[in-house]
Amino acid sequence: MAINLANNNSLANITALPSSVSGGAMTLLATQTASGSATISFTSGIDDTYDSYVFKFINIHPATNNSSFQFQGSTNSGSSYGVTITSSFFQTYHAEDNSAAALAYNTSNDLAQSTSFQIIADTTGNGSDESASGYLHLFNPSSTTFVKHFISVDNHYYNGTYSINDFSAGYFNTTSAVDSIQFKFNSGNIDSGVIKLYGVS
Amino acid sequence: MALVKYNNNSISAVTATGLASGALTHIKTLTASSSGTLSFVHGSDGVVLDSTYPIYKFEFINIHPATANTIFQFQTSTNGGSSYGVTYTNTVFLAYHKENGSGSGLNYEAGRDQAQSTAFANLCAEVARSGEADQACSGFLELYNPSSTTFVKHCISRFIKDAATTDMFDQYQAGYMNTTTAINAVRFQMSSGNIDAGKIKLYGIKDS
Repeated sequence: MAINLANNNSLANITALPSSVSGGAMTLLATQTASGSATISFTSGIDDTYDSYVFKFINIHPATNNSSFQFQGSTNSGSSYGVTITSSFFQTYHAEDNSAAALAYNTSNDLAQSTSFQIIADTTGNGSDESASGYLHLFNPSSTTFVKHFISVDNHYYNGTYSINDFSAGYFNTTSAVDSIQFKFNSGNIDSGVIKLYGVS
Repeated sequence: MALVKYNNNSISAVTATGLASGALTHIKTLTASSSGTLSFVHGSDGVVLDSTYPIYKFEFINIHPATANTIFQFQTSTNGGSSYGVTYTNTVFLAYHKENGSGSGLNYEAGRDQAQSTAFANLCAEVARSGEADQACSGFLELYNPSSTTFVKHCISRFIKDAATTDMFDQYQAGYMNTTTAINAVRFQMSSGNIDAGKIKLYGIKDS
């Protein structure tokens, strides 16, 4: 395969740059686009190549109104998702008409040694302009020494009236490597949206 | 120097391109091994901590203390690491939850903040409180415009620490180093004992 020098002096058909050229510390590993998807799973690329991994979810739109976007991990390449999680969850919200605003811990969305899915965006509306966006940061998922920490932040549009900012953090309470992550809503499909997986070097 | 193309279609003899390379640039990784402190000093051992980047981000991976139930903390220096003790005012709050579900909440932590203090600041409290081998903390700290000689220096952090029989924390901290002198070094330590294991990675975040 030849190197193609285009008129704009760009290069094509290059598969790798020398180590002396930095490609940036965040490497895009995978992108998945929802289209009436029951689940979106990342079953490859999560290993010891990077010390941490970041999922960015963009305009995740539920098919079912006021459903909660959530995730779980797998230690068996995605054969099952149900690693024990302990987590905390708090949120801020503000109504468009300024009638309500608060910061509060939400006991409905945390987990205590549970194998349930962890909510990262609760009560997301399915109006045509409603969705959830944010990130999930997973630290050292391949460790066989430590439990696996995660941190997430989301903002979503609820019921055509509220901006809600969710903060969850916790850990997969296992010393087995976590090698897959699955996302879904607690009810109905992921109508649309994009989830990107990055490795942080 | 000629461009060299390998059979696998990689290329060498290129030291720079005009291509965008991503806004997050890795600068330095320090790995703890029973370390009393871990310090990032501008100009030392490949560390850049000056006006090259407007924002610097430290990422912490599985910081494990040698001593149970200690605080992971930081301070900064304006003299290349000769001393660490810049006046700092900050706020601290955290969400907590127990593995047995018996308690949870969101609180301002008046006992963990500081006001015009030169002490090391609390990034994550009660790390490995019950001393298990699988306990640690992870998170990040962002330092804004440390080289400014006009403004104070803002710092924002968030940490997660696990706990077996006590509370897990999702701890936030934000404040400012109250100086208009450039900050050129940052030090991390436990409040007692060594950092047994863990990684600290320094990144620069480009603004263009």
